[in-house]
Amino acid sequence: MLIELENIRHIYQLDDPVVALDGVDLGIERGEFIGLIGHTGSGKSTLVQLLNGLLKPSEGRILFEGKDINSQEVELKEIRRRVGLVFQYPEHQLFEETVAKDIAFGPKNADLAEEEIDKRVREALDLVGLDFESFKDRSPFNLSGGQQRRIAIAGVLALKPEVLILDEPMAGLDPAGRRKLLELLRHLHRDIEMTIILISHRMEEIARLASRVLVMDRGKIILEGRPAEVFNERERLKDIDLDLPVVTDILKKLKEKGLKVRTDVFALEDARDEILTALEKQSQFRESRPC
Amino acid sequence: MLTDITIGQHIPGSSIIHRMDPRVKILITLLMITILFFIDTFIGYFLFLLLVVIILLTAKLPIKRVLRGLKPVFFLVILTLFLHLFLTRGGEVIWQWRFLRIEEAGVFTGFFMVSRILLLIMFTSILTLTTSPLELTDGIEYLLKPLARFGLPAGELAMMMTIALRFIPTLLEEADKIMKAQKARGADFESGNIIQRAKALVPLLVPLFISAFRRADELALAMESRCYRGGTSRTRLHELKLKSTDIYLFLLAAGLAVAISFF
Ligand SMILES: Nc1ncnc2c1ncn2[C@@H]1O[C@H](COP(=O)(O)OP(=O)(O)OP(=O)(O)O)[C@@H](O)[C@H]1O
Ligand SMILES: [Mg+2]
Repeated sequence: MLIELENIRHIYQLDDPVVALDGVDLGIERGEFIGLIGHTGSGKSTLVQLLNGLLKPSEGRILFEGKDINSQEVELKEIRRRVGLVFQYPEHQLFEETVAKDIAFGPKNADLAEEEIDKRVREALDLVGLDFESFKDRSPFNLSGGQQRRIAIAGVLALKPEVLILDEPMAGLDPAGRRKLLELLRHLHRDIEMTIILISHRMEEIARLASRVLVMDRGKIILEGRPAEVFNERERLKDIDLDLPVVTDILKKLKEKGLKVRTDVFALEDARDEILTALEKQSQFRESRPC
Repeated sequence: MLTDITIGQHIPGSSIIHRMDPRVKILITLLMITILFFIDTFIGYFLFLLLVVIILLTAKLPIKRVLRGLKPVFFLVILTLFLHLFLTRGGEVIWQWRFLRIEEAGVFTGFFMVSRILLLIMFTSILTLTTSPLELTDGIEYLLKPLARFGLPAGELAMMMTIALRFIPTLLEEADKIMKAQKARGADFESGNIIQRAKALVPLLVPLFISAFRRADELALAMESRCYRGGTSRTRLHELKLKSTDIYLFLLAAGLAVAISFF
């Protein structure tokens, strides 16, 4: 097990304390792609900030490769390098004069050699699909929002984390930007074998990418499993105000009307094929029926 | 944590202190601060502290919260204390070690100054804790109005203050968020010498300023699109009216102030 959470509670100390996490147990294996969903305020952001030691749990332990990350023997800086966290609206954290310098911030803090830093910056820019030569000397503040977002993500990728956590990375991007980011995530997961945790409000994206879905409600994980399993629980999701992916919703409704379709496909194209095959079968069945 | 700072954080309530006219509250606060600088005995300070506690209790403010508001000035207090301890000369020598020497007068002035700073902060935080920023600036605007004749843009000043107060918590939250994001990239805000620490602040301050400017821009647009105009012709939704209790409380405060200043 790569990361383990044992009975985590987290309370924000204010005048009236807010219990953000209330007894979370969770294990994350290397190579998983976890989709984290839940209503706003359910504790998703709090949970992921615990994973790299930005927040300390009020109760419970977080183990990374079997070691408690908040104990003395573990260097938090090391954990933060290995568990990369991309915050919501990460472009608001850009600060350097040039794109290259900003991306180099992380590797520099990790005390890497000059050439290695340079290499990482190139690689990271390449990963997010921006050309090194034409972007490296530009000011990050004169780029479009989508480009800034990608630079910010590159800043985390340059650390070469083993686990990449993204807190609603698609928020505010246009469809093309979202698609590119999704492709990047898929590439990181499949080809570079990164462990990924994705927080998103878009069920479609979670359903298509995640190998496991966690559903949070009021500080607890109330449902988890493969996307097909989780999205089968329409009633429970509805109880906590979450929708099904549009595709699943349509397939389920068709099934209720008597069309024999599978409801565990999430890509639009697959769903189209599924419906077409089902329709074909049905019409064949009708034709062969003697009236 | 950054978000512990109490300034501009109003705790709503319905106590007599909360319901007082903000103008009267501001005047009383000014009066009390002035008195604070005239007090020169510990009995005087003690009485003042007693007054503060009584007000805190009447206003049903969480004492903890008020004490937490003192945390940011902790260093100032310690520094003041030490400077006076070691530098103010006079009276008997109490303690000596090589060139370090503490004399009687140093101890006295040290503790005087510290009491003064702490009481000052406590009293002003009572004002900001029991008065919403809106009321506060309304009060200030009224009080500054007479100066408008000399070209002082009272309304604009008040609006600027409202906005500044309103955005302090927002900016602190923002700073917290940016700090976390940079920490996630390995930034270290907590160790190193002064120069290293100052340098480490760049990744925090640059995004913070940028976001402050962006917010200012957006706010200006939002205000303009709701037809905000400065100037004296603005009317208000809630006119401030003095009540008789306000006058009594003011007289009471003035009486107490005079009494305390005798000690
Ligand atoms: N810095 C903070 N101080 C105090 N309370 C907080 C803080 N951050 C979050 N909370 C509270 O903790 C709870 C969980 O918040 P969290 O940000 O983890 O939710 P979330 O699931 O990420 O929501 P969203 O989808 O809106 O991002 C909320 O009730 C929130 O008000
Ligand atoms: Mg969140």
